[in-house]
Amino acid sequence: MAEVRKFKVYRGDKNGGQLTEYNVQVEPGMVVLDGIHQIQRTQAADLACRWNCKAAKCGSCSAEVNGKPRLLCKTRLDDFDPAEIITVRPVKTFPLIRDLVCDVSWNFEVNKKIPPLTPKKTADWVMHQEDMDRVQEFRKCIECFLCQNVCHVLRNHDLKDRFYGPRFMVRIACLEMHPMDGLDRTKLLKDEAGLGFCNITKCCTEVCPEEIHITDNAIIPLKERVADRHYDPLRAFWRKIMGADHPCTCADGG
Amino acid sequence: MSAESKYETHEYDVLVIGAGGAGLRAAIEASAMGARTALVCKSLLGKAHTVMAEGGIAAAMANVDPQDGWETHFKDTMRGGVFVNNWRMAQLHAQQAPDRVRELERWGAVFDRTHDGKILQRAFGGHTYRRLVHVGDRTGLEMIRTLQEKGVHQGIDVFMECAVTRLLKDGDRIAGAFAYWRETGRYVIFKSKAVVLCTGGIGKAYKITSNSWEYTGDGQALAYHAGAELLDMEFLQFHPTGMVWPPGVSGLLVTESVRGDGGQLRNNKGERFMFKHIPDRYKPQISETEAEANQWIAEIRAGKQPTARKPAELLPRDIVARGIYMEVKEGRGSPHGGVFLDISHMPAEYVKKKLPSMYHQFKDLADVDITREPMEVGPTTHYIMGGIRVNPDTQESAVPGLFAAGEAAGGLHGANRLGGNSLSDLLVFGKLAGEHAAQHAKTAGPPKVDDAQADGAAREMNEFFTRADGENPYQIHAELQDMMQSLVGIFRVEDELRKSLEKLATLKNRAARVCIKEGNKMFNPGWHLCKDLQNMILIAEAVARAAQFRKESRGAHSRLDHPGFNPEFAKVNTVAFKGRDGAMQLEGRPLPEMPAELKQLIETEKNHKERHG
Repeated sequence: MAEVRKFKVYRGDKNGGQLTEYNVQVEPGMVVLDGIHQIQRTQAADLACRWNCKAAKCGSCSAEVNGKPRLLCKTRLDDFDPAEIITVRPVKTFPLIRDLVCDVSWNFEVNKKIPPLTPKKTADWVMHQEDMDRVQEFRKCIECFLCQNVCHVLRNHDLKDRFYGPRFMVRIACLEMHPMDGLDRTKLLKDEAGLGFCNITKCCTEVCPEEIHITDNAIIPLKERVADRHYDPLRAFWRKIMGADHPCTCADGG
Repeated sequence: MSAESKYETHEYDVLVIGAGGAGLRAAIEASAMGARTALVCKSLLGKAHTVMAEGGIAAAMANVDPQDGWETHFKDTMRGGVFVNNWRMAQLHAQQAPDRVRELERWGAVFDRTHDGKILQRAFGGHTYRRLVHVGDRTGLEMIRTLQEKGVHQGIDVFMECAVTRLLKDGDRIAGAFAYWRETGRYVIFKSKAVVLCTGGIGKAYKITSNSWEYTGDGQALAYHAGAELLDMEFLQFHPTGMVWPPGVSGLLVTESVRGDGGQLRNNKGERFMFKHIPDRYKPQISETEAEANQWIAEIRAGKQPTARKPAELLPRDIVARGIYMEVKEGRGSPHGGVFLDISHMPAEYVKKKLPSMYHQFKDLADVDITREPMEVGPTTHYIMGGIRVNPDTQESAVPGLFAAGEAAGGLHGANRLGGNSLSDLLVFGKLAGEHAAQHAKTAGPPKVDDAQADGAAREMNEFFTRADGENPYQIHAELQDMMQSLVGIFRVEDELRKSLEKLATLKNRAARVCIKEGNKMFNPGWHLCKDLQNMILIAEAVARAAQFRKESRGAHSRLDHPGFNPEFAKVNTVAFKGRDGAMQLEGRPLPEMPAELKQLIETEKNHKERHG
């Protein structure tokens, strides 16, 4: 007889809800998302959950499993003790729509504020793999927003109006370090993006399913850049007399 | 009360449905041409199926093999598609793909590089030269993210998690679409002078598939009901390498890059069986011995220009999928019903660098370390070559103002698609569709929304709740998947196709009465499936009818009762459309005449093929 596993899944909407128990028939190698699909098929056709690729490539199925933010498609049942109940809740940082689905639209609004790649006039597009490697690390981001979910600035202090969050630090780092980009986004980082709010606790790095070194490779180098440009008096003077300043002046392309 | 005042209504010049590579590229182009453009998608932006594409974008840029050019890419595409491709689409595709790639780089895509700082290209099945522009094995993600960034800064209005259930018409012309918000279940009307369908494929009609929940044939079904024609629906690609274990991931894609980067296929006797399946037409470019194949692998690993011919694992997908199927069927398969795909002879660092997501996929989901041990793989439903019939130059369907691009459209790939030709298809024809839709909108007057059509669409969606007795959609979906998998799969035969059509008629009746008893209209996947199910069943019928009509084996379509080519069917495409009585009609339509210079380009090859098969 097939093994049965107890699931508790959050059911509810913005007006409230509760954990509901389901029994799931276990198959070898099963992931939590398989369990959710089985519940939809056999017990609760209306159970709301986002998913797409089922291969940790699209970042749709973020949730919190037994208290830990995870991708449901990558979380195997055999990672847990056989007696443990699998408890699945929506991510906490974003407003709940229904069951496991949250309103993550804020992230898409933030993204619009970041000026896109703006090639230098001299760009010849000859780029070497060594320079690509560090940019490509950031490009692995699948926008699961788990880093946004665990960032205490967003999760505990709800400073969404003042801090863009780790995902978008990665996005900005990617543009800033692109060999052909000619725009300076340090003013944006310092002011609207709220880079200073990050106090490098590395929670974001720990949850990243793509293993991007968010803090070490994106946020810290950005902090150094901002310090260099905006707090180094010698450099500031040099720029003033040389006129080599191209601050980012507007939110939609500079 | 008019529909426009009753339902939330938005008005645009161009409405693009679907936000994968083709939809995003179409919306970018339409918007760049000054059209007010909306992009509607069932998922969040950036999650479309394009993110699953792994191997690369085929474009004859000649960065690593200087002999390459559009003519060779054209020939490879026609040969891979077994000469029933739309020649004009194959020509435009081969000619324009390199520019589309360069443009993507200017918009921020960060492709892998050659030693001299150019875009690197890798080998793939059926391509004469190393042609696939890539980023490790996550090229689709790179492409969708780049297009997404470009799109959001261009003033396209994006409607996420909004599903279209019907196209609206004003007389013969398109007038827009009727949709619902997934979040609230509220209905919405998009009034638009032009509509571009970029909704992808139909894989969810099958049990073993690499496709996500979104792949339910929506675009094909919407177009069909609106009066457009569906071309060559019998040509459905089974990707040779999907995961076979564990059960939850069965069908999940294992990129062809594994083979392009040196991976070998073996049966349980350790034999590299693909050497037994080399058709004559591929002998000039495929190694006939393991020794020669290994030399090719050694050469590409050393970064040299290969002098050996490519390994037999790099034959086109239809041939490899059938090869694997036969090994398993004849008892030479792996423990979980696949064959072995092995890249562990390559250095671990090379594997992790070239195939990072495959490395993680197998490690995390199957406990297999691909740098040390072989993978188990088997065929999986992957891609439909057929689709909405369009004008090759404009991508407009038979319905004025209705356009289609990407997997939803048919013609480019003929009977079998080469790996890498999909991403380039999205870019080339996404752009053309967006351009011509915007052009169309410039001259078209404002359409009128017909109240009765909108109310009918709303009623259809409401009835899934109001019906007192009806089946659960999940049950019927599972039956559809099992049936298509067993009766309209890799190998087809008259008897089974006839049975599949009978079964489809029953399923159609049952699906017409499905209902959902749980929840309300707020983010209710059961309700959403009720409608998707109707689309899948309709499209499954088109596949089965076309498969029954084509009494020959060509490309991905293999008939056990009609092995080999038939000269009569070599001259036709199949076309499915809604007849006057509302029933599906199917007919053969002569292939468009190819101009002399292109004919000459492929003639020698084709004669050889028709003789030797």
